[in-house]
Amino acid sequence: MSEPRIDYLLRLGDNALVLAQRLGEWIGHGPVLEEDIALANVGLDLLGQGRMWLSYAGELEGALSGHARTEDELAFLRDGGAFRNVQLVELPNGDFAVTMARQFYFDQAHLLLLRALAASVDPRVAEIAAKAAKEVAYHAERSADWVIRLGDGTAQSHARMQSAIDRLWPYTGELFAGDAVDAAIAAAGIGPDPATLRPAWLAAVDSVCAQATLARPTGEWMQGVQGRGGKQGVHTEHLGHLLAQMQFLQRAYPGAQW
Amino acid sequence: MYAQQVDTGLAKVQSNAEMDAAERAFQARIDADVKIEPTDWMPEAYRRTLIRQIQQHAHSEIVGMLPEGNWIGRAPSLKRKAILMAKVQDEGGHGLYLYAAAETLGVSRDKLVEDLHAGKAKYSSIFNYPTLTWADIGAIGWLVDGAAIMNQIPLCRCSYGPYARAMVRICKEESFHQRQGYDIMLSLARGTPEQKAMAQDALDRWWWPSLMMFGPPDADSVHSAQSAKWKIKLLSNDELRQRFVDQTVPQADYLGIAMPDADLRWNEARGHYDFGAIDWSEFHNVLKGNGPCNRERLAARVEAWEDGAWVREAAVAYAAKEVLRQKEAA
Ligand SMILES: [Fe+2]
Ligand SMILES: [Fe+2]
Repeated sequence: MSEPRIDYLLRLGDNALVLAQRLGEWIGHGPVLEEDIALANVGLDLLGQGRMWLSYAGELEGALSGHARTEDELAFLRDGGAFRNVQLVELPNGDFAVTMARQFYFDQAHLLLLRALAASVDPRVAEIAAKAAKEVAYHAERSADWVIRLGDGTAQSHARMQSAIDRLWPYTGELFAGDAVDAAIAAAGIGPDPATLRPAWLAAVDSVCAQATLARPTGEWMQGVQGRGGKQGVHTEHLGHLLAQMQFLQRAYPGAQW
Repeated sequence: MYAQQVDTGLAKVQSNAEMDAAERAFQARIDADVKIEPTDWMPEAYRRTLIRQIQQHAHSEIVGMLPEGNWIGRAPSLKRKAILMAKVQDEGGHGLYLYAAAETLGVSRDKLVEDLHAGKAKYSSIFNYPTLTWADIGAIGWLVDGAAIMNQIPLCRCSYGPYARAMVRICKEESFHQRQGYDIMLSLARGTPEQKAMAQDALDRWWWPSLMMFGPPDADSVHSAQSAKWKIKLLSNDELRQRFVDQTVPQADYLGIAMPDADLRWNEARGHYDFGAIDWSEFHNVLKGNGPCNRERLAARVEAWEDGAWVREAAVAYAAKEVLRQKEAA
């Protein structure tokens, strides 16, 4: 049972870490000062969650193999193919509408997932998820609020928001596409079958799009499903560049303590 | 400091004889340490000087997010990344408190930001220097936040209530900023030879600009005396600079890195460190816009503002629609 659990924890941790890395790029460059602060807040929450998941993954790995990797070894010394985040979170920030669309799609799924994980048979998973769910409830509220404000704002903001949700839509399929790891996790009672979360997610997305006067995308084609997505280590071109920046110091000065 | 050279609009310090009755009453309140509040009468020069000072301070917080933000993506550990993100976020919060304090004086935040982008308002010269290595993040926390605290602690007692109260909140966070910076330096100083060299290089580049943060020498600061009389500047530039040197030299010694100043030595008779001459032509050039990063810093702020215009317009449009909808529903 332990191996799928490590993979699963890496997925949770990498989603949070990679999205935090993206949000960090906004700090100092937001559309209004309050937004710089809010984006940093969400980024900090996700970074904290990522650290908890990765630390746990490292500990489990240590129990299994005798070598426990630290959160930093996992974050800074894995190559792209070993990262397990969904492709959605590694996509570039784009304009504020793209950042908010990415956040909105992810937050809604993240919240449902964490609420389910709070009932995990693994007490450590349940504990981290319960704490994270409180933070993510606020993230989800905020990103939905921005989608509504931009969708129902000016003609320009409406067009930008519509284009952003359309562009990112094909990356939402991976959030709910299960594989063998998900099946093992669900069978063990550690986490939900991701497909079961989709109806509630879709209902939330529909409701927010309606309030935002946006047309909810309906395309069937999804990126990164059928075992060829970020969860299996298959990424977009963007992750490599993100990691090149994030991992630079650890790679340039191997073994140094910071 | 963050407000290095604040023009009072007065050619010299006003004497009691030159003041009218209202001005004399105002000065008497200040002399008695009564806080001035937004609704109180105040001389126009006091109000304008305060706006300039608080504005420079606020802009410094915001522009100061850029050199440090430059390393958020490259922080060498997740813990350091979290601390740096929180620190830069704090600086944004300081900017907010300060803009709010300035607004109590009857000027809008948008107008202040406009002045910054038009190059009409200043911000601290220190943020026009580049952050080239991770050690620069340590040096900024240690030296720049350290210098900021030195200046801001006395300002917690300044005569204008909203500014004094903003300073109290800000100072609480600044000491954490300085500690995290020194902690980065400590890790580097105890690290590999390359890391130690990185720490030394950062000190070499940041030391003199940090001393310039306190502003020109007292002898050249015509406006300081009036500001002192109004109690919006409580210690002189040179006094603050000396305190900073005295505090910082032993910290560098503890790190085992050398101050880039051949004239630096303890003066037993004065009970202070003597230090070498500051290159004021560099300072004045940086203020004039010729520092290594002036153009990039301002361009980054203008770009963020212009790129965000459609977002702000959308928020305003949406809020207006909401008001209309609520009226219709009522
Ligand atoms: Fe600050
Ligand atoms: Fe600070």
